[in-house]
Amino acid sequence: MPLLWLRFALACYLIGLIYAFVALARTSDLLSRIALHAASVGMVFHFVSLAELFLTSHVVWTSVQNAESLLAFISMSFFMVIYAVYKTTSPGVVVFPVVFFLTFVAAVDKQPVLLTSFVQRNGWLVAHIILIFIGYAALLASFGASLLYLVQERRLKEKKSSNLISFLPALEVIDQIGYRSLLLGFPFMTLGLLTGSVLAVLVYGEVNFLDPKFLLSILMWAVYMVMVFTRWNSGWRGRRAAFLATFAFVAALAAWAANYFSTIHRFSAS
Amino acid sequence: MGGELLLDDSQVFGLMRFQLIGVNHKSAPLDVRERLAIPESRLPEACRELTTFPGIEEGMVISTCNRVEVVTHTVNGHADLRGFLHQHFQLKAEDLDAHLYEFREKDAVRHIFRVASSLDSMVVGEAQILGQVKEAYATARAVGAARGQLDQLFSRAFSVAKRVRTETAVGSSSVSIASVAVELAKKIFGSLQGKNVFLVGAGKMSELAARHLMAHGCESIFVSNRTYDRAVGLAHKFNGQAIRFDDLYEQCDRADIVITSTGSPQAIFRREHGEQFLSRRKNRPMFFIDIAVPRDVSPEMGKLDGIFTYDIDDLQQAVTTHVADRSKEAERAEAIIASEVERFEARQHTLDVVPTIVSLQDHLETIRQAEIDRVRGRLGQVTPEQEIAIEALTRGIINKVMHTPITTMKTAAKESEATTIVEVVRRLFNLRERSANPDPASDEESERHR
Repeated sequence: MPLLWLRFALACYLIGLIYAFVALARTSDLLSRIALHAASVGMVFHFVSLAELFLTSHVVWTSVQNAESLLAFISMSFFMVIYAVYKTTSPGVVVFPVVFFLTFVAAVDKQPVLLTSFVQRNGWLVAHIILIFIGYAALLASFGASLLYLVQERRLKEKKSSNLISFLPALEVIDQIGYRSLLLGFPFMTLGLLTGSVLAVLVYGEVNFLDPKFLLSILMWAVYMVMVFTRWNSGWRGRRAAFLATFAFVAALAAWAANYFSTIHRFSAS
Repeated sequence: MGGELLLDDSQVFGLMRFQLIGVNHKSAPLDVRERLAIPESRLPEACRELTTFPGIEEGMVISTCNRVEVVTHTVNGHADLRGFLHQHFQLKAEDLDAHLYEFREKDAVRHIFRVASSLDSMVVGEAQILGQVKEAYATARAVGAARGQLDQLFSRAFSVAKRVRTETAVGSSSVSIASVAVELAKKIFGSLQGKNVFLVGAGKMSELAARHLMAHGCESIFVSNRTYDRAVGLAHKFNGQAIRFDDLYEQCDRADIVITSTGSPQAIFRREHGEQFLSRRKNRPMFFIDIAVPRDVSPEMGKLDGIFTYDIDDLQQAVTTHVADRSKEAERAEAIIASEVERFEARQHTLDVVPTIVSLQDHLETIRQAEIDRVRGRLGQVTPEQEIAIEALTRGIINKVMHTPITTMKTAAKESEATTIVEVVRRLFNLRERSANPDPASDEESERHR
């Protein structure tokens, strides 16, 4: 059943995906409203799917698919928060495709790989996952905003008359979305990593500093910190910020990918 | 107006020998206009130079950010205005000629009417151009470069502009450089609440832009001018703060939006300044609205991340989308202009019989004087009373005889027959130019009439 709900959600997110592609080419108020509503409906299905999963099993979070589903849901929630504050659907251009991809992977029928080792420490595990995922979602929003910033900056520099009717919010608004996401995400990411370490110590009795999962996570966190610092200290934005955000995003992907070859933090066949 | 006949005979008929040459925002890019711009202080000199140029009777120069135009009344309608521009600006023909437009006679009149009515403006309907044309005209008048013909042309142009403004909605829409600047500022900053504006140099357009920005929530305004007192005056007007021009670079980064319109021949904001501002502002973006021609902000500075520069041409591009809304009203305005051009032309014809009437009267007066002198010997001693009686008698005859022809000419002048009548009269009385030059044949003829 959860899978069915998830597939309904996926269908809704598909509309968001279409919006993301169309919005790059032209501005359509109608489409952005449709995408927003579809995303809201999708989130309801998505929530039902996750709730059902949670109620039926204690170990669900440790499946890759379900983790991805949860990450997609948190990212979508983050997008909705941004929409509530700034009344713009434009971050959807980046968020929707990522959410669609994550949901799509999660909605694939088979549930093959499971993370095995941490299950007995469920409380820490849930905290770790939620914190880290909020960090990821914030990072995604920040990454999206920095790309949009570049687009808007270029439009303004090109000085076309269509500037005045672009779908993007004002440059400073995009900048604020990015910066606030960054600031908000940083403590979550930090706490997420700390709980992860605590979990590792609890399970293994020590932290394996040379494990790729650990190293890549630290790298991601370091880039994250550099982003927050350069922004706070010298107001980096535009190209430089986008460069850093891309770097952080890639580091995050790498840290995620490490789940497949890490010795301590691995999804393995059930 | 029977073009060819008049052109050929233009030595005789003082009809619309207006000639105009120029560049505007449509015909020439900003860098060409920059080279042609004549600062206000040098306009009188340019006007004087224009009137000494061969073939030109009267002339004036309009130089604004969007246009440089030379308007003349010429001796024969064929003055070499291109030659004048090449000489005045020391430019080669190939650099310039491709951007020039030239109008003569009726077309020149129409163009001037359109310019004054703001139909030829970058932002159609903006009110500033009329003031600028008025100033240019005042300057030319002050140095004696604009007299009778240009007087007529421009006083008519000003009332046409007024008519267009009152009878159409061309000027009423809020679209203008200023509101476009506000739109752009909002695209950069979102809300303008709490943003600061820096006004560098004074000018109606920049004041207007500043006022718009303040109306949209900008918090405070700084004003700087080479003349500190003017800055103080302007700052007072906006409740702002005057900054000495020497402190410009120190203070400029306090503003988010800089409106600059100085008459400086070189850019006053260069790349290095932009870098300074950005580092002091921690890279918070800045928006430069550069209304000056030549530009105050170097294009290099505009390339910096976080600096957004819109010059007058960019603003134009940004407003083109809005211009469509006005096209309907503009059509009505064009119709007004067309009818006004016809009226002006008709008036010119009326005026044009005046020289003929004057020379006819001169001619007859000469004959009268000559005849009196001739018979004076035969009359012998005349008393002053008799003298007066003779004067009255001869004058009375001439006036009576001339009354109908002159009224006929004046009436005909308002219609298209004017040129024919004028020509007939001139032939009958053998009149040349204004000063009558009677020859014996006509003398004899007039004697016979007596």
